Amino acid sequence: MSDQAYNFAYLDEQTKRMIRRAILKGIAIPGYQVPFASREMPMPYGWGTGGVQVSAACLVPEDTMKVIDQGADDTTNAVSIRKFFENTAGVATTEKTREATVIQTRHRIPEEALTEDQILVYQVPIPEPLRFLEPRETETRKMHALEEYGLMHVKLYEDIAQHGNIATAYAYPVRVEGRYVMDPSPIPKFDNPKLEMAAIQLFGAGREQRIYAIPPYSKVVSLDFEDYPFEASKANHPCDLCGAEHTYLDEVIIDDEGGRMFVCSDTDYCGERQANGHRGRLSPEMEAAQ
Amino acid sequence: MTHDTLTGGFTEAPQQSARAFRALMNALARPGSIEKITGASGPAPLSVAAATTLLTLCDGETPIHLAGDHDTDAIRQWIAFHIGAPIASRSEAMFALGTWQALTPITDFPIGTPEYPDRSATLIVEMDALSNIGATLRGPGIQTSAQLSLPETTAFQQNRLLFPMGVDCYFTSGTRIAALPRAIKVEAN
Repeated sequence: MSDQAYNFAYLDEQTKRMIRRAILKGIAIPGYQVPFASREMPMPYGWGTGGVQVSAACLVPEDTMKVIDQGADDTTNAVSIRKFFENTAGVATTEKTREATVIQTRHRIPEEALTEDQILVYQVPIPEPLRFLEPRETETRKMHALEEYGLMHVKLYEDIAQHGNIATAYAYPVRVEGRYVMDPSPIPKFDNPKLEMAAIQLFGAGREQRIYAIPPYSKVVSLDFEDYPFEASKANHPCDLCGAEHTYLDEVIIDDEGGRMFVCSDTDYCGERQANGHRGRLSPEMEAAQ
Repeated sequence: MTHDTLTGGFTEAPQQSARAFRALMNALARPGSIEKITGASGPAPLSVAAATTLLTLCDGETPIHLAGDHDTDAIRQWIAFHIGAPIASRSEAMFALGTWQALTPITDFPIGTPEYPDRSATLIVEMDALSNIGATLRGPGIQTSAQLSLPETTAFQQNRLLFPMGVDCYFTSGTRIAALPRAIKVEAN
């Protein structure tokens, strides 16, 4: 079967129109989860089908696409989705954050600040921030309609009562433009301050059939208490490859004797720093010098 | 020149509708910005921008209301052939097309429900001209403030009070398009 057997960007035009209408409603009502008729994609639910459908509806032939999975360009999910759009949309792809016009991401925001010319598409597993507190959709929908978000504050309060601080470290709930409480997808809370950005942010949840959005420069506030303010935490360590002290880090076990290293989760950012001569504790040159 | 019902659609639908959607999304996500949108043309007085918007967003699932001078046989037939959307009354429309004068009062259009604010109408307002001189806009998508030549301000201020319900507006003129989503606060200058 030739590539021509697919429509541009895989989805048929009727489906794209339906998704595009949902995206526009999402942008018009920041943080509100718009229901959409999610399609079967040639990958299982849980592998980014929501993000893929949103990307497919947004892509133009002139786009350059970047796909990251937990910050990395070279993991299975990122590689396969990138290949998917190379094959079905014929768009150029890149690993450079700066060169991309559409970035699909699983669970990270790139370290480099995004611009007005970029679109960030998130893959979302559970779009409803209240779902683990209230399993009934009819009830959570009513809670959003009535702006009844006390339950979410109770959850954060119980965190403090049990752990002494707000223990929620990822998928940290935010309030968008003072109205809807939103799940920013399971990004680390380190990334929450970056949700106020110049780029358009679109969120797609395939299995749960929801699309939502944050327009550029929207006000996005992480929920907290006056005496327990929100803190964007990260591992207290510099990157062992590029020495960065301001990036989100992954912890990697490197031997069976408890040895470990911390590296930037954003591989493109770390690679560029290393190319510019930045070195960390475990960089090859540093080891040779010791 | 009479416009043929059968012409004026996309010649390369997937690519042209994708570019048109990107213009629609940028306009809506950055209220006040004026985007270029082309690809389709319909019978007069339908502008290229309005025709392309309809063709990009509408299909058999989206009832369209035609207001005033835009409710012509030629436009109805063009929509029937290219889009297949049912023509609807104001209260049942998902999209509405016309000049501002013909579309007012905009309170007749669906504004959604508290549970489903997305079940609201999108208005496509045909304008003689569009410029960045006029009412001041503030809100999501705008860094500090923006200006847009809105046909009036009171109706949009009242629409903002309904948030998160309310209607969203596109303004079209020739091949240019701008948008005013419901979340935006409007001040007259």
